[in-house]
Amino acid sequence: MKLLFELSKDNRRLNLIPPCDVEQVQLDERHLRKEKLNLPQLSEVDLSRHYTELAKQAHGVNDGFYPLGSCTMKYNPRIDEEVAAHPNFLGLHPTQPIETVQGALEVLYQSKQLLCEITGMDDMSFQPAAGAHGEYAGLLLIRKYHQARNDEERVNIIVPDSAHGTNPASATMAGFKVINVPSNSEGGVDIEELKKVVGKDTAGLMLTNPNTLGLFDPNILEITEIIHEAGGLCYYDGANMNAIMGRVRPGDMGFDCIHLNLHKTFATPHGGGGPGSGPVGCKDFLKDFLPKPTVEKDSNGYHFETPKDSMGQVRSYYGNFDVVVKALTYIKSLGKEGIKEASGNAVLNANYMMNKLKKYYDVAYDQICMHEFVLTLEGLKHETGVSAMDIAKGLLDYGIHPPTMYFPLIVHEALMLEPTETESKETLDEACDVFIELHKMAHENPEHLHTAPHKCLIARPNEVDAARNPILRYVFKND
Amino acid sequence: MFKTPTELKYAKTHEWVKEEDGLCVIGLTDFAQDALGDIVFVNLPEVGDEVTSGESFSDVESVKAVSDIYSPVTGTIAEVNEELLDNPALINEDCYNAWLIKVNDVTDSEELLDSEAYQEVCASEA
Amino acid sequence: MAGYVVNTKAEQKEMLESLGLNSLEDLYGVVPSKALLEELNIPEGKSELEVAQEMKKIAEKNVVFKHIFRGAGSYNHYIPSIVKSVTSKEEFLTSYTPYQAEISQGILQSIFEYQTQMCELTGLDVSNASIYDGASATAEAVFMVQERKRSDMLVVDTINPQVLETVKTYCESRNVNLVMVKSKDLSVDVDDLKEKLNDTVAGVVIQSPNYYGVIEDVEAVSCLAHEQGAKVILNTNPISLALLKNAKELACDICVAEGQPLGLPMSFGGPYLGIMTATQELMRKLPGRIVGQTVDANGDRAFVLTLQAREQHIRREKASSNVCSNEALCAMTASVYCAALGPDGLKQVASNCTSNAHYLAKELSKIDGFKLISDKEFFHEFLMSCPIKAEQLVSKLAEKGILAGEVIGEDILWCCTEMNNKAEMDYLVETIKEVL
Repeated sequence: MKLLFELSKDNRRLNLIPPCDVEQVQLDERHLRKEKLNLPQLSEVDLSRHYTELAKQAHGVNDGFYPLGSCTMKYNPRIDEEVAAHPNFLGLHPTQPIETVQGALEVLYQSKQLLCEITGMDDMSFQPAAGAHGEYAGLLLIRKYHQARNDEERVNIIVPDSAHGTNPASATMAGFKVINVPSNSEGGVDIEELKKVVGKDTAGLMLTNPNTLGLFDPNILEITEIIHEAGGLCYYDGANMNAIMGRVRPGDMGFDCIHLNLHKTFATPHGGGGPGSGPVGCKDFLKDFLPKPTVEKDSNGYHFETPKDSMGQVRSYYGNFDVVVKALTYIKSLGKEGIKEASGNAVLNANYMMNKLKKYYDVAYDQICMHEFVLTLEGLKHETGVSAMDIAKGLLDYGIHPPTMYFPLIVHEALMLEPTETESKETLDEACDVFIELHKMAHENPEHLHTAPHKCLIARPNEVDAARNPILRYVFKND
Repeated sequence: MFKTPTELKYAKTHEWVKEEDGLCVIGLTDFAQDALGDIVFVNLPEVGDEVTSGESFSDVESVKAVSDIYSPVTGTIAEVNEELLDNPALINEDCYNAWLIKVNDVTDSEELLDSEAYQEVCASEA
Repeated sequence: MAGYVVNTKAEQKEMLESLGLNSLEDLYGVVPSKALLEELNIPEGKSELEVAQEMKKIAEKNVVFKHIFRGAGSYNHYIPSIVKSVTSKEEFLTSYTPYQAEISQGILQSIFEYQTQMCELTGLDVSNASIYDGASATAEAVFMVQERKRSDMLVVDTINPQVLETVKTYCESRNVNLVMVKSKDLSVDVDDLKEKLNDTVAGVVIQSPNYYGVIEDVEAVSCLAHEQGAKVILNTNPISLALLKNAKELACDICVAEGQPLGLPMSFGGPYLGIMTATQELMRKLPGRIVGQTVDANGDRAFVLTLQAREQHIRREKASSNVCSNEALCAMTASVYCAALGPDGLKQVASNCTSNAHYLAKELSKIDGFKLISDKEFFHEFLMSCPIKAEQLVSKLAEKGILAGEVIGEDILWCCTEMNNKAEMDYLVETIKEVL
């Protein structure tokens, strides 16, 4: 398919902007651009068809089943989009007089209250723009807290070996040293190993629970207590919150601060990789360190405040505001029972699927899982030569988005499936049938899977070549 | 069976070592390059940097993994193989000629294995 | 209640039975009972109609100004219809990061096109797939130029305060020593820069057009910085690049920008778009996703996420950035915007912004007490004195449906875009005369 630049024809254009009706100003020549600006020159119909064609080559939740583990690809309700597209949200300048943005502040305030109740936190900032950004802000909270107590020798953040890659990366960015702690044979944190690594240098622990294996750690209360006793704080990575919302709260498990992924748990769309929203929440004793500004309410209405010992800002303004509008609409729709029903069914769907598949595939940890589960195809690969990658690519021919592959790192030949609550039993049954068929194919015709997909627009791309000889832009012929 | 030339010495962490004109030349073994798969980039240190026996001095990237390379000796880097920056595939093609660094003023070295002993290490890890 | 659970109660029961369980609660048997929540204390769920009405009521508590003369980091530009129609396509809206290239060529190609356009605009060699916003892009750029032997980072103080705050936070966490370079007459004080530049400086951050709208002498800054082996990070306005010298012409190493002016609504500060481009030399230091071109098994052109070994999911604690989700849909928005406007259209937008701003500055200057604070050349924003308390003028104008410029101390930073025509600017001037 052609690129925008290959469709371009000189002097083709849309008529979008009227001519200027005041005197044209000529800036000093020394400021002016001399280099040619190679942007495409197209008609509106060229553009419309180009993107319609590109859309056909994208796979969204609306296109079909998307069991991408750890990403919570649930259906994104249309009403959320419609509400967020209201001109009274989109047309607001971020520094308008406060009395003219009371609705926007109400959105942030209500969202804060609802999400604090759902997570068991006391305060929240919506500034972080994505999950990893929220982690960074949360870790800076922890850093500020220890600094404020002149407890600066606390430089270690403990991270289990099953953690998302963002956890250790965020900890380093926030100036901490990462201490990895291994998992035990049941997939949880190894308590004895944890006890060995905590001490006066422990700043905190970063944990997802349920963890990346899809398992709820039964020792969670003991784990958070060990950290607290050592003087550290507990950080909850909210990536897997969809399994437990309305049922267990991070705040009640002993966590002191959290981030949420509104683009996972609270149904805002992923947009092909953002924009997301990663609010950071905390218990009362940490709220003075939150990013600025936070939204408060008094008899005159809503206003912004700067927390007393704020960590500062992690980006401009108040975060991805319009994404928060979508999440608020979603939470209001679900309400107290809906939230609980969503998490319960997310977990039910995962267990139902795991139970059907485990007759054919090895489950990494065979026990009741939460919202996702991990298969290990090590045995299958040994037996047939068919890898997790081959099965994933095979799924593409059936219109199913593959599960997360080769993660978590502690499971070999891993496929991680998260069906979410917005899929029906029929969809799960059909997907299981496809998985079973692929399992059969692995034994009968492995070559077909090695070369899969066969029905997609492209065959497997050469990623080695892409990385060895990076071509990261189109080069114009006249250059 | 992986190639392990007898004129070289080996570290358990899969680096080869050879003496050449008073310098200590370090590269990756056949076992290492095979385990890493197609190498797409090598992060090389700078000339003049200190390396310490048992510590990482560089890493190599494949498409979906990154692996540390450890120095079997302590000393100062005298030369780096800049050809690898443009053509990291050399390590896959000819790992015993695609050296990474040459080290000067070697003050310490871990215990190195000969070809035979290193073959055993490979066999136990394969 | 508008739950989005699809399975009926009967199906749920059937599924639970297949697992040998009776209720959804049974699935949570592993949770310590002490931690289980008794009741979630939030309102009951509502129908779509009720929620739509409730949210509309909240939206209507906001005032959208008819006449906007404020920028200062967020700009009111025309958004072509085609931009909105393309980016609301559900295939783009509801897909995840394009990990599976075979079914994500649409997303990957759109990012490749975006990268190309950003390279063209800024003049630099490589672009990433975007990051959160202009402020965080600037902060990430500071991390890109860190070197062991160079601990200082110079920032010229004519930078947008939102950007500065963000850079400060990032620098503090990584123990980067941030040094402010003073300004004179609303632009960089070159003598102060010279004094602070030495071989411990890793880089210099400069914004142009700067926070006050002034076009900085970036070439002079680049020249001085490079003499000391320091890198130059230019923070700019992408619209201005159609008219003004780009980062390459200004000899900068990294270019960052708030991409919001390229087709994104102001939406109370977000979602926005962090544009980041760099010279070839810095390619592997770029944070976040990057799309590259390759071929598939049949030898046909294909696009993939590439240089992934830089990233957090592989490098973990050794990654130089933790960026994961970025602003892909906003990047696509900017890309469609640039394609819709084309080279001439974008130049026209930039030129209308400048002409309008200069017209307004001239007309305002005719009123007693309104005087340009600097006579340096500006793009589409300018700082002016105000004969009455600035805040007071802003609220008086607000009553007339006008969002005046941003108040900075006793002065006002006015902004014009292609949205403000002569009639509207004349209305502003008349209204000011009226309320003074």
